[in-house]
Amino acid sequence: MNAPAPEPLLRLRGLDTGIGPRGPLILYGVDLDLAPGEVLGVVGESGSGKSMLALSLMGLLPQPVAVRAGQAWWGERDLFTLRPAQRRALRGGEMAMIFQEPMSSLNPVMRVSQQLGEVLRWHRGLQGAPARAESLRLLERVEMPDPPRQLDSYPHELSGGMRQRVMIAMALAGRPRLLVADEPTTALDVTIQAQILELLRRIQRDEGMAVLLITHDLGVIAQMCDRVAVMYAGRIVEHGSALDLFDRPTHPYTQGLLASRPRLSAGAGWLTTIEGTVPAVGQLPPGCAFAPRCAQAGDDCAQVPALAPCGPGHWAACVAPQRPRPAQGPHR
Amino acid sequence: MAAVMQAPLLAPPGRSDTLGRRLLRNRSFMIGAVLIGLITLGALLAGVIAPYDPLKGNFRARMVAPSAAYWFGTDHFGRDILSRILHGARISLQIGIAVALVTGLLGVVIGAASGYFRRLDGPIMRLMDAFMAFPGIILAIAISSVLGASVTNVIIALSIAATPHTARIVRASVIVVREMEYVEAARAIGASHTRILLRHILANSMAPLVVRMTYVFAVAILNEAVLSYIGVGPPPPTPTFGAIIANGRDFIVAAPWITVAPGLTVLVSVLGLNLLGDGLRDVLDPRMRVNAR
Amino acid sequence: MKPPPLIEARGLRKHFQRPRRFLAPAAPPLRAVDGVDLHIDAGETLGLVGESGCGKSTTGRLLLRLIEPTAGTLLHHGQDITRLGTSQMRQKRRAMQIIFQDPYGSLNPRMRVDELIGEPLVVHRVGDAAQRAARVRQLLDLVRLPANAVERYPHEFSGGQRQRIGIARALALEPEFVVADEAVSALDVSVQAQVINLMRELQRELKLTYLFISHNLAVVRNISDRVAVMYLGRVVEVAPADVLFAAPRHPYTRALLDALPGDHPSQRRAHVAVRGDLAQSSGSDAGCRFAVRCPHAQPRCLAAPPPLSAVDGRHQVACIRVADGSLPPSPHHAPDTT
Repeated sequence: MNAPAPEPLLRLRGLDTGIGPRGPLILYGVDLDLAPGEVLGVVGESGSGKSMLALSLMGLLPQPVAVRAGQAWWGERDLFTLRPAQRRALRGGEMAMIFQEPMSSLNPVMRVSQQLGEVLRWHRGLQGAPARAESLRLLERVEMPDPPRQLDSYPHELSGGMRQRVMIAMALAGRPRLLVADEPTTALDVTIQAQILELLRRIQRDEGMAVLLITHDLGVIAQMCDRVAVMYAGRIVEHGSALDLFDRPTHPYTQGLLASRPRLSAGAGWLTTIEGTVPAVGQLPPGCAFAPRCAQAGDDCAQVPALAPCGPGHWAACVAPQRPRPAQGPHR
Repeated sequence: MAAVMQAPLLAPPGRSDTLGRRLLRNRSFMIGAVLIGLITLGALLAGVIAPYDPLKGNFRARMVAPSAAYWFGTDHFGRDILSRILHGARISLQIGIAVALVTGLLGVVIGAASGYFRRLDGPIMRLMDAFMAFPGIILAIAISSVLGASVTNVIIALSIAATPHTARIVRASVIVVREMEYVEAARAIGASHTRILLRHILANSMAPLVVRMTYVFAVAILNEAVLSYIGVGPPPPTPTFGAIIANGRDFIVAAPWITVAPGLTVLVSVLGLNLLGDGLRDVLDPRMRVNAR
Repeated sequence: MKPPPLIEARGLRKHFQRPRRFLAPAAPPLRAVDGVDLHIDAGETLGLVGESGCGKSTTGRLLLRLIEPTAGTLLHHGQDITRLGTSQMRQKRRAMQIIFQDPYGSLNPRMRVDELIGEPLVVHRVGDAAQRAARVRQLLDLVRLPANAVERYPHEFSGGQRQRIGIARALALEPEFVVADEAVSALDVSVQAQVINLMRELQRELKLTYLFISHNLAVVRNISDRVAVMYLGRVVEVAPADVLFAAPRHPYTRALLDALPGDHPSQRRAHVAVRGDLAQSSGSDAGCRFAVRCPHAQPRCLAAPPPLSAVDGRHQVACIRVADGSLPPSPHHAPDTT
């Protein structure tokens, strides 16, 4: 997609993920490129499939959900054709993931030192004193207030923000080239969220790590991402740079999403809404899945629209831009 | 902090996903249902299909091995084992159901009171603990020998033995449900304790209780057999499973079928009920329903 | 002569006993709400914001006496309801209702929609069956749900629709005061907008008064007339909404607003204003609870809890440095309209 850019770290083509071998699909033909060191945001609401996208890549789909088609090129290798042992070698090493709920993502009966130790032993062959030293260094890296004490703590002795830092430390321990973060700050307070996001940005810059940031929060996207993909009902409906998305949203869903956010700067007042609700899995309308809710829907929406370019590096899966459209001022 | 709730992953249940249909699809439940169903059918139709009178002996046909004339053979009085088993099933199943129902009722009352009213919880549970300190069967034997031998007393004894654990299960459910927001919503409306208990808490705590009741049923059949075997069950010549086995005790080598046949019947009944219970539990467990949250 | 506020709380406190370890001395109680003074006038929306552990949800429930206060006074139309008996309180509940956060947990999964919405009517013996059914239909209409919803069960509906059911239930008895406890926090952005609009419309139509509890500042900004900010059991600032967001005075409020991610990539915040986690200072009564994390703290801040004092008109702040004017001005500017 970006011709002069460096070789993408991850190239995802035609990902179909569904329930069982014959059940309804959750993801339809998802294509994605991730450049090394890039922060790509995936934004969508419930039912968009964004978490399933992350889990598909990591090989962590819950039974009976499974990848049904597509390739995920990680360098020379297609992740979906790897054996479980090979994927395990990647997971936690080159590809790491952090989750939404720090309360339940850490093992409550293992101390932090043991959990970090697991990663260090498995992915970097460190044990004993060197492992402990590296663990302390990692905790300092994630700005824990008192690394020696917290290293020996159990998860329940730490606050939500600290647990999330531990998770990040565990992810970093394997020296990942890609960090997948699934709603990493949704469960945290605003002030803690700010700290964690700043930490992630700093680490990402220093390590040159790529980040796939999954969230429903457009504010987080604005804060963190270089490029953004918008998902609706299992498909990517728009993607481009963060500026493109906020200044020139092209797909009607993106426009609706941006318009319906309550914003501090906007003061009090009626909110723009998107009528209707997200279709349930397996109950998509024929053609464009958003058409029933779309103010710009027309007869040409009876076919599922393909992603079409609407600017340099900016794509939208909508036929409306090809039609004459109403004047769009600078986005409110 | 609020995490964004995930909308149900799958479509809401359609017609094909009602409780009944899910039960029919569960293998464990179906096998169990068939097994216990057959035995129940036999028990219900005992009067009609039993080939011989279970109480009348035929001295010329004593200790006959299983054969065309006597499918399960005869005992030392010449009584047809099959007929005795069919009639015995009636009594054993009656005892089983009665115990399950009584235990269920007592368990619900005690468990709900304990789980909902925090001040009652301590004393009630200590009392239950005291009862649970006795192995169930010993307790049943003790109560039974004090009360005397009869079907009713067996039911009472077995119920008392099974109630504490049932109460505990109900209490656990109640404790979980009482913290749910819809219970708080009911309080916000001004609903009385009674209404909250019945309409909100118990209505949503039934699943573990129902599963437990199938096990209580099974264990009651087993325990009744034990009580009869050692002589504190319903008096002879009542042909309960345990009584038939007890009768054959002295002839195990000479005429093993007298003990084996009823023993197998008990096994099949208990197995059937356990499978039924497992199937019910799998189907009722909210986590197994992919379309729940 | 101004009528008394619809709801008023004075010196409201709620202390929870911590579970004791066997044979250990009793731990100091958790002071979830520690001296809150609030009032809400008829027809207005008071937003109550704060992070986890600040006591806002507890405060909401205290106002309805769903939780009993440990100390303090509650007034409804000037009448003291703090120690009202059960049956009288029950009558009061008709006028004061609550909408819960969790659309999946606040509706009894075994009750049909008409039973759910109609339950308040049944409990208070309002009307006969036919009248109740008519009222249920009316309520469904009010919250924009289809009439055929009556026979369905909660699991057949989406999160946003379930919240509407919850709203319909809360409105069944025609309350004047509704506490919305994170009522939209569990909803997607686009659904949130629908429900917020609905709540605003209902307020206008039915002359409702809201206490809108939320951790989402933008949502609170959108719907509130006045806003109160809480931190670890105390109110630290109260002001009309536009004043609070344009010119926050308390260091915590400033930090909170600073921490919000901007609306646009061009508004990336480069710095973080406040360090540390919420202090576990729930036992300490000495001084300002925010002092531990406050960039402007001085030793005298720990001497005594700062009183909520007016800085002008309807703007109150609980900070001694604000009160004596010694607080340095904030580098934070109100977010401009792009």
